[in-house]
Order: sequence, then C-alpha cells, then structure tokens
Amino acid sequence: MAYSKKVVDKFENTINEPAKYNVGRFDPKEMNVGTGMVGAPACGDVMKLQIKCERQGNTHVIKDVKFKTYGCGSAIASSSELVEMLIGKTLEEAKEIKNIDIVEALELPPIKIHCSVLAEDSIKQAIEDFEQKQ
Amino acid sequence: MSNDINLPIYLDYASTTPVDPRVAKKISEHLTLDGNFGNPASRSHKFGWKAEEAVEEARSHVANLVNCDPREIVWTSGATEADNLAIKGVANFYQKNGKHIITSKIEHKAVLDPCRQLERDGFEVTYLDPNEGGLITPEAVSKAIREDTVLISIMHINNELGTINDLDGIGKIAREKGIFFHVDAAQSTGKVAIDLNTLPVDLMSFSAHKTYGPKGIGALFVRRKPRVRIEAQIHGGGHERGMRSGTLPTHQIVGMGEAFRIAKIEMDDDQLKVKTLHDKFYESVSKIEEIYVNGDISNKVNNILNVSFAYVEGESLIMALKDIAVSSGSACTSASLEPSYVLRALGRKDELASSSIRFSFGRFTSEQDVDYTLTLINHAVDRLRELSPLWEMHLDGIDLDSVDWQTH
Repeated sequence: MAYSKKVVDKFENTINEPAKYNVGRFDPKEMNVGTGMVGAPACGDVMKLQIKCERQGNTHVIKDVKFKTYGCGSAIASSSELVEMLIGKTLEEAKEIKNIDIVEALELPPIKIHCSVLAEDSIKQAIEDFEQKQ
Repeated sequence: MSNDINLPIYLDYASTTPVDPRVAKKISEHLTLDGNFGNPASRSHKFGWKAEEAVEEARSHVANLVNCDPREIVWTSGATEADNLAIKGVANFYQKNGKHIITSKIEHKAVLDPCRQLERDGFEVTYLDPNEGGLITPEAVSKAIREDTVLISIMHINNELGTINDLDGIGKIAREKGIFFHVDAAQSTGKVAIDLNTLPVDLMSFSAHKTYGPKGIGALFVRRKPRVRIEAQIHGGGHERGMRSGTLPTHQIVGMGEAFRIAKIEMDDDQLKVKTLHDKFYESVSKIEEIYVNGDISNKVNNILNVSFAYVEGESLIMALKDIAVSSGSACTSASLEPSYVLRALGRKDELASSSIRFSFGRFTSEQDVDYTLTLINHAVDRLRELSPLWEMHLDGIDLDSVDWQTH
C-alpha cells in the first residue's frame, strides 16, 4: 500500500503519542459534549469522535476533542487530522469541513477516500448530538 | 533491544523464500559461456547433452523428495501453471466422462480461477466449505461426488492457515469412484514428507520458490500407473512428452532440483528448528487477551501461524509492525481491501477475518527475530487497542453484535 509520508507520519505519531494526539474519551452524558460514532466493524472501520464545546456569544466553540478509531492506517490518520482541524473552531466553521480537506491534507490515495468521508460523517454526527442536548 | 538485529525481519516465508546460497551457486553455473548454458533440447552437440543431463538430474531430485518416478515430473513455470495444466488438462481430456469438478473454497486462486474458467466452458464446480478448523474432510468430499464428477482438486497445506488436509482419506474415496485427484502442494515440500508411491494422488503441483528455490519454476506430477492423461495447455515443440512445450530453463530447473535435494536432506532439521520458533511464538502470543488462532492448531504445519487480534484492524496492525514483513491473508488479495476469503470460509466474522495476520517462519529465521517481533506485537496491539472504540466497548461490557451499526 503506497501511502503518502503524511499518512504514515500522522498514523505513527498518533499511536506513539496518543495523549498528545487527543486519543481518549469524554463522558458522553455531559451536556457540553457531543458524540458521533460512524462506520461498522464488519466494514473494517469505526470512528468515534467527541467534541467538548463552550458558549461564546451566540455560538459554541469547540474547546477540546477526543477520538478513537478502529480501522486501517489511513482511517486512523484521517480522524487524527480532522481532530486537529476542529479545535478552536465554532460549530458553524466545523460544519464547513469537508472530506476533501482531509484528502488534500493527507494526500490520501483514491482507494482510501472513504476514510475521509467517514471522518466528515463523524463530525456531523457529533455536532448533531451536541445541538440536540442544548 | 538487540543492536545486531537485521531490520526489517522477514516473517513471510509462506509467500516466498529467499534462494538458498547453495541453490544460487548452482543456478549461476548454468548461465554463461563458461557454464552449462546449452539448450537441453539440442540433440546435435555436447552443449545440449550436458544441459539435458543437468535437467534430468534435477528431475530426479524433485522425484526423490516426493518419492515418485522422474518420468512423472513435468516442468512448468510454477505451481500456478501446474494447477492450470492439471485442472484444465484433465477436465478437457476427460470431458466425455463428465463435466463436474469438486474443489474447496479455501484453495489458492491458482486453482479457483481455472475452475471458474471451466465453469464458463460449461463445467459445473462444487466449492466445498472447510470445517471450523480449516480442513476439507474426506466426508465432505464424498458427499459432493456425483455420477459425472471427473476431478477432485484439494490442496495439501493451506497457504493462509497452514492446515494439513487428509490426502490419503480423500484420495481413497476418489480412487474408489474412479475420479482423478489433483493436489496443490505448493506449501508442502520441505515441510512434510510426501510419499507418492503410497498416496492415492493422480496429479500434484509443486513450486520451487516456497522451498528456497528460484521463482518462475515449478512442476506437475502426472501419475503413470494408473495412467493419467492431460490435454496440453501450451503448444510449441512438444517438450515434456507433449504435456508442456517451451525451451526448458536449465538454470531455474537445476535451482529447483538443488533446492529439493537440500530439502530432502535437511527437512527434519529445518522443521525441528521451525517448531521451536513456532512454539515460542505461539506461547507468547497466546498470552495476549482476545486473540484467536485461525485453523486447527493440532493439525497444521509449524512454519505458518495465522492469528486474529480482536478489536484491532489488520492493515493498521501491519502498518504498526513496519519492521516486520508479514501478510494479512494472501499476498494476491491484500491489495483489494477485502477480508481474506479463506477466513470468511471458516465462518470467521468479517472483523475477525480482517484483523488476521499470517506469520510464517523459515530456514533463516532466528530466535532473536522472534523475540523482537513479539515485543513489537505486544506494543502495537496495546497501542491500537487504546485507540480502538471497539476495545473500549468490549471493556465496558457491550456486546458488539447488539449494536445497530451503520454499514457503509
């Protein structure tokens, strides 16, 4: 599998320094936490993304993110890349993140584009979960 | 960690083996002007006679390893061609007797694809399921036999699992019914003793490069008594008694011969060493929680061990083990992002099938290699499980089968 150096580095950094790369979990019951889980074990990838938000004016800002991913190297790299994009963004800004942003950032091979789609789905679902709680 | 270890470590011997230096030397003696470079088919001069002599000596070495008559060995370009020649060759020659073939779902593609081709040509093929342990039982074969069955093709040792099928049991059933029995034995030579003098097998495929010989050369055993006839698949000169045309590649043939000669002498020592490595590896890996060995551990060769690490995806594990050369399923399918069809045929769930890794050891594997690999595996599995939402759910006591997953 010919992965770009970016995918390989992101993957290796994430597994070698999980805390630094936001691997972990929040309590999903907390009111300021939104959780998204997408994918299926049978398909080979499951992403769980959690955002912790803070009210600022009339919007919410993503203050912290935690994630866990089961999947191939590029699925893990895609979620890790997404997490970095999210911190500090408002929910409106976060909704604008598209899978192509991850594809470009990591130079994903065409056969692995679905990993970035899954990452986009995970943030959408996490925001939805958060907004329903408010 | 040890300083003098050579990285990456090669634990993919079931995919191919390095050529033994003794074999490489032999090959190099049959290429250049000062060597034995002649065309074995040249009848008119010494160059041809000498080359023919080398080819016939190599044929004897191959025959000697599996205890058959050298005249029963036909050179091919590898086990894939041998499988094609056996299956299409018998099916086409004997199609008047019937057009039904029995094989299994865990065969190599070199058997499955020729069977698919024959289906397109009007044959019917039954693909048997293995049992839970990855074995094709004589009973399963027996039940599938029909009036019009002409050929049974079942592998000896499965390339992904290392499981060993009961050739004697299956062969006896085939004999009783007068059905030809072909065996893909690409993984067998040098690992288990084969005695074609007593085994009820009509055709058997061999490969050189799985047994420390070169790639690009193999052989098909075609039994003389009782006689098996096959329709040639490659025409052009009638070499190999008409069964396989084409100038014989002397250097590759002597390479295969030398590799099989050495295999005969060193098989016991090789296997003793590999068993020690296997047992050490297995004992250590089995201490990791939630791992599953694929294939019947009590009925397999020691050079192959296939393990599923639950809640960890296979490709990510291979990436995390970047200093270890292993494979997930068979190398021919690992680019297709599909869980192994062999493991699926065993009834393994997709997620366990896709978390499987095949470790295969060989003549040049050291104990140090195994120790280093074990350290890396423990580290990688820990880290990937820390990252796995499925592992988290498992620890929380959630049954993953009860979750309503969104398949995509």
